[in-house]
Amino acid sequence: MKLELRGITKRFGTFTANDAIDLVVEPGEIHALLGENGAGKSTLMNTLYGLYAPEEGEILIDDRPVTFSGPGDAVAAGIGMVHQHFMLVPVFTVAESVALGYEPTKAGSLLDLAQARKKVADISSRFGFNINPDAVIEDLPVGAQQRVEIIKALSRDAQILILDEPTAVLTPQETDELIEIMRQLKAGGTSIVFITHKLREVRAIADGITVIRRGKVVGEASPESSESELAGLMVGRDVHLTTEKDDADPGEATFSVRGLTVVDKSEQVVVDDVSLDVRRGEILAIAGVDGNGQSELAEAIIGLVEPRAGSITLDGQDLAGLSVKERLGRGIGFVPEDRSTDGVIGSFTISENMILDLYDQAPYAKGMSMQPAVVRVEGEKKVGEFDIRLSSIDDPISTLSGGNQQKVVLSRELGRPLRMLVASQPTRGLDVGSIEFVHKRIIAERDSGTPCVIVSTELDEVLNLADRIAVMYRGRVVGVVPAHTPRDVLGLMMAGVPEDEALARVEDGSAATEISAAEEDPA
Amino acid sequence: MSASTETTPRQTPANGAALRTPVDWKFPIVYSALALVTLLLFGLFGGAAGKSTTFSFAAGTDLFGIPPVTVSSMPTAIAIGIVLVAMAAIATWLAAKREKIGIWFPVVFGVLFLSAFLTWAGADTGRIPITPLLAGALALSVPLIFGAMCGLVGERSGIINIAIEGQLLAGAFLAAVVASAVKNPYAGLVAAPFAGALVAVVLTFFAIRYWVDQIIIGVVLNVLVVGLTNFLFSTVLTQNPEMWNARQQLPVIPIPLLGDIPVLGPVLFRQSILVYLMYVVVAVLYIALFHSKWGLRTRAIGEHPKAADTVGIPVNRNRVINTLIAGGIAGLGGAFFTVGSGLAFGKEMSAGQGFIALAAMILGKWNPIGAVFAALLFGFARNLGNTLSTMGTPVPSDLLLMLPYIVTIFAVAGFVGKVRAPAANGKAYAKQ
Repeated sequence: MKLELRGITKRFGTFTANDAIDLVVEPGEIHALLGENGAGKSTLMNTLYGLYAPEEGEILIDDRPVTFSGPGDAVAAGIGMVHQHFMLVPVFTVAESVALGYEPTKAGSLLDLAQARKKVADISSRFGFNINPDAVIEDLPVGAQQRVEIIKALSRDAQILILDEPTAVLTPQETDELIEIMRQLKAGGTSIVFITHKLREVRAIADGITVIRRGKVVGEASPESSESELAGLMVGRDVHLTTEKDDADPGEATFSVRGLTVVDKSEQVVVDDVSLDVRRGEILAIAGVDGNGQSELAEAIIGLVEPRAGSITLDGQDLAGLSVKERLGRGIGFVPEDRSTDGVIGSFTISENMILDLYDQAPYAKGMSMQPAVVRVEGEKKVGEFDIRLSSIDDPISTLSGGNQQKVVLSRELGRPLRMLVASQPTRGLDVGSIEFVHKRIIAERDSGTPCVIVSTELDEVLNLADRIAVMYRGRVVGVVPAHTPRDVLGLMMAGVPEDEALARVEDGSAATEISAAEEDPA
Repeated sequence: MSASTETTPRQTPANGAALRTPVDWKFPIVYSALALVTLLLFGLFGGAAGKSTTFSFAAGTDLFGIPPVTVSSMPTAIAIGIVLVAMAAIATWLAAKREKIGIWFPVVFGVLFLSAFLTWAGADTGRIPITPLLAGALALSVPLIFGAMCGLVGERSGIINIAIEGQLLAGAFLAAVVASAVKNPYAGLVAAPFAGALVAVVLTFFAIRYWVDQIIIGVVLNVLVVGLTNFLFSTVLTQNPEMWNARQQLPVIPIPLLGDIPVLGPVLFRQSILVYLMYVVVAVLYIALFHSKWGLRTRAIGEHPKAADTVGIPVNRNRVINTLIAGGIAGLGGAFFTVGSGLAFGKEMSAGQGFIALAAMILGKWNPIGAVFAALLFGFARNLGNTLSTMGTPVPSDLLLMLPYIVTIFAVAGFVGKVRAPAANGKAYAKQ
């Protein structure tokens, strides 16, 4: 089926998320929609899927105009969507999830789950998905959940499949599996719209590329374009994809974790007997797919979760039993993973957010009272130092973009002498420009002699920042490897393969991924 | 495809022994306390030496009679006390080994504890009538069960309904008025669901149309219904009670054969049509919720409404429909207070039963069958209190009247274990 979007415009209030967007997807084509976070890719696809109503423009399928008043219409027209955040009910079985909305029934409008099961089994075996129809969604790994979403779309005879940031939650190897699935679907005549901001994947799989920036189409590109060309198109200026840094000059290990074990509310072990040392003046990056215990490890270090066993020592002192405030007082800087809920308070002003953990200390406080004038003056200084773009320091922080909010968080955490820095996903959801800035500040902090622990699920970021890399899988540290470790080895380790075996498999060539192959292409 | 597609979420830790979960001493402590109470208060120092207790089962209509059982009060209580002490010891031992015990354990323990208590409490009067005790328990459970079903249908679709209390009261009121005006109790039964649904209309209007906090709306609605019925009661109903508030009672319809089984027959099958309707509602809801298209969609909009929306299920329309159906169910339950019991309407006669119904729903883990057993437990506790205080036992009657509420607190606070409410419960769903 051929899909065409003509002049699609979608506004939210005064904000134009999509501005006269044109897009053509030919039958059996894998078309990449490339753009930064917030460029309007997801809005466009939600419009196409009938979740949003566009203010202007039309959608054509096989050259006939169609209008969708809801996702039901889009599905009927042959469009299937795999959302970035999966639309699966965690407590349902796979068969129930696939049946939902299109329930096969038998007499008396009772569910015919046997038929739903059969459908799942059919599609699963046709594409080699290996999905058990009776498995409960929340027990499945994300890669399998994504395949359930694809089965959902295929079971409704989707001719056009929209994949919204499908690789964000996958290991490199799982990404390879997904690419293989996409190829099979394409061979079967399905058109695929592939939304991403990851340049590497686009070049590995796409037949055509449309780049959008700030809600507008800024150009078409071919998969042969180099990564920096694509990045330049996406960001609108020349960008450096890697941050310049000198080799680390590590001192003695002042921070260490021994046998740390964290158990979550449902008694699952999420951090499992982790031991790590971080030296002064080095960055230890913690790599791993989201949800493998990295976040809990970071939270245990700052004291947000109580470990069940093990110790954490900083400068020779055990941190056990210390409150978060006391730990901050010992000089730990903490950049939380979820900026909007844990990093800032949206309705507070920018200057207030800069002193969230220093409000009761000099010079911001004097006895019982705060010193608003000092808060403002110090805030203005940080605005300059951290290049925060704002109209007034007294505006609520929610008026700032994600990148500038993160700079406020960094200005707070790095703006005092630190003995150690923990940053969880420091650049998640940021534009390329802000990422560069954040990386530079973290490297500067390292160079001033602070031991740094950076948790990141983006392999690019890990390779960019790390002096050593600890890979976590299911709560355990699979191995600690040097910074120049090949991408494929890290990918295998992120799937739980031990370092030696991963190295051996990469050397004999049995584990090279498509993504890394794309990297080797002359750009 | 890789071989690792089907995996369980997490494996056991590497250093397993070091991080065993802490021992849960809650249950062993409760068991031990109850066992000691049995042994000492009901047995050794119960003051029932030389007395005897008779449990009677006959109801006069039985196919065959079960002879009454007479036991010697003090030795029986002591014997049960010893068994309970042994059970508490087993529970403690298993807890120390971190092993789980099946649901049968607390059930057996509870029945034995209750037997010991009845043996002791009946020692003075000599006779405990088992059949009326159970029949009364079922009767008192009727509004609780209807209320719990109402709460469950709402919450499974993501709407918290605190207004069950008000819906019961509204149902009781309208049933009484209509039955009295038409001089037919069945007319009241037909009218009652509309009263409950009317309250639900207001609830959905504010909760779904205007995203008002559902708990606040529910509380306000309860107050509103109390005020409204009180006002109408003291103006219209008391002006002309013959016309508007005459007593009407649904007749008992014995079911042939089933109604003649000893104990079970009089308890379950010699009831009014309202109780038989209750059986139907529970059975239908159970099947519908877990085996029908409606049930799948209802559970989806209560867990993850956006997922339902993306497959074309109108979330808010389904929520409105379900809440209205739920209101109707609660209204029907309210009819029990008036036409179901043969009473005229009285001010605030629902007396907090709507909240106990909510507790039954939670204790039953949002499952119709579980909620029924929870409601029966509360109904039994209440009837036991009533029966014992009229029989004249050593326990002060005011204390006995607290029994259902004490059971509620213990049940909901301690014995539920891990419950999981529908994930989107109480959250308004808005589309961009």
